[in-house]
Amino acid sequence: MKIDSRLQVAELTFERSGRRILDSIAVQFASGSVTVVLGPNGAGKSTLLGCMAGLLRPSHGIVELDQTPLGSLAADERARRIAFLPQIAEISWPVDVATLVALGRIPFRHRASDAENDAAVRRAMQATRTTQWSQRVVTTLSGGERARVLLARVLAGEADWILADEPFAGLDPAHQFEAADLLRSLAGQGHGIVLTIHDLALAARIADRVVVIHHGRIVADGTPEAALTPPTLREVYGIDAQWLSVRERGTPLIAIHGRHAG
Amino acid sequence: MTARRWIMPSLLTLVLVLAIVSIVVGRIVLGWNVWLDQDAIGRTILLELRLPRALLGIVIGGALGLAGAALQGYLRNPLADPGTLGVSSMAGFGAVLSIFLGIADLHPWILPLSGVAGAIVGMAALFLLAGLAASTLTLVLSGVILSAIAVAGIALVLSLSPSPWAAGEIVRWLLGALADRSLDDLAISTPLVIVGAALILTSRQALDALTLGETGARSLGIDLGRAQWQLAGGVGLVVGASVAVSGIIGFVGLVVPHLLRPLMGAKPSSLLVPSAVGGAALVLAGDIVVRLLPGGSEVQLGVVMSLIGAPFFFALLYSMRRQVT
Repeated sequence: MKIDSRLQVAELTFERSGRRILDSIAVQFASGSVTVVLGPNGAGKSTLLGCMAGLLRPSHGIVELDQTPLGSLAADERARRIAFLPQIAEISWPVDVATLVALGRIPFRHRASDAENDAAVRRAMQATRTTQWSQRVVTTLSGGERARVLLARVLAGEADWILADEPFAGLDPAHQFEAADLLRSLAGQGHGIVLTIHDLALAARIADRVVVIHHGRIVADGTPEAALTPPTLREVYGIDAQWLSVRERGTPLIAIHGRHAG
Repeated sequence: MTARRWIMPSLLTLVLVLAIVSIVVGRIVLGWNVWLDQDAIGRTILLELRLPRALLGIVIGGALGLAGAALQGYLRNPLADPGTLGVSSMAGFGAVLSIFLGIADLHPWILPLSGVAGAIVGMAALFLLAGLAASTLTLVLSGVILSAIAVAGIALVLSLSPSPWAAGEIVRWLLGALADRSLDDLAISTPLVIVGAALILTSRQALDALTLGETGARSLGIDLGRAQWQLAGGVGLVVGASVAVSGIIGFVGLVVPHLLRPLMGAKPSSLLVPSAVGGAALVLAGDIVVRLLPGGSEVQLGVVMSLIGAPFFFALLYSMRRQVT
């Protein structure tokens, strides 16, 4: 069944300890595409994702999933529709990998049979190529292996939306591309993917759309080439960069020259 | 996985064997024919002393093991235990206060419910002090603070007690034992423990989800506020009811989940029921040991459990010292 969903943020303001982290953000996301939210440290990217996942309560404004306010959805209904991968993923107990991935099925605890849950876990582990570690204790895995297992946990929920905060942190370049391709293929199947990452080149490669946040406001929104213009990158990151005329497998390349002088 | 399948049947068999030994063994060893024998003394010992003692051992051991596994899962810390965190002491304080105020005699349920109230207040204070993301140090200090408050309260009540004899009895009861309890004690504590256990077991998904931390659990649709109060109520009921009947028997909830984790896996929900059964086995075994120790009078079970549990706690904390920040 084709997923056709909209995740909409309207006039979203988030304040903490008197500091305005998000300032009247308005943006709409459509399923079937990969959106990368970019911005420097402290720009408000993680806060935006937290609000969109229903985990943070905005000071003002609203997040709607298919025109239903997120706050009016039951918590497990919301979790079945929106899967969230936090930036700093805790693992408190030395459980085995299969057990950890199966936690992603908790929102389905009263909805799906054991066989359906097992099948979803199996699919997620196959997609992330983590099946071979199913009996390994997760705390014995390397950081990159653990990141793949945590991604499998998110995929096991088979949610319409996957919001992931720095999902590629700790992955080597090969596994970054593998995970990026996996998320792209999920978007191809109709899922809505919203990510925060710091790597501009990877963002250019993976994103259908880039949303740039600076000081809690959206300063650019469009295709990677349209959003990541040299003036925007200079304003937001203080770096000099330019798009190259060369394309790698249809993907435009961005060259970063360094910090902007002056 | 195959080995795990045998653990529960093995634990249940162990509890059955220990229960039979608990019924048979003591200063007077009962023969197998006591079940059929019409000998009045034998039947009195069986029905009024040994049977309540064995059954209480199962209920209270089960309650303490379950409470320990639940607390460890919720606080995500293997050092959590109702005894070390002061929840048992708070239950004791609640029960002692009801005796001091003279309300415990008004109805048989008032003493255990006062214990439950004390334990729930202790759980609420613990959650307030330690929160969800408590470090080991915060958790241990919270336990120290709660225990200090409870012990000071009990000491105050005892010092104000008009009867030295009654004060001595209270102190002896607080030390923790299963001796001289009746089927009435069992009838009072069991329903409270069952309700508390049901509350704890209904929050097992929340405990599992907390493996991924607070944010991870909430992203999986877990209502953490509700889970917190379910656990406060559940642990409060099982610990309060246990302490009200048997006094403070510490370390069961610390030792049993820790021993079972390598066998059952670390998933919090998979440790709950085995810890209850393991707790029953440990308390039954401890209660048999106190009867067999040489000496004029029986050593209190709570004292023996502390003698075993405190070095265990020390070793566990020592092995975790690098995480204490």
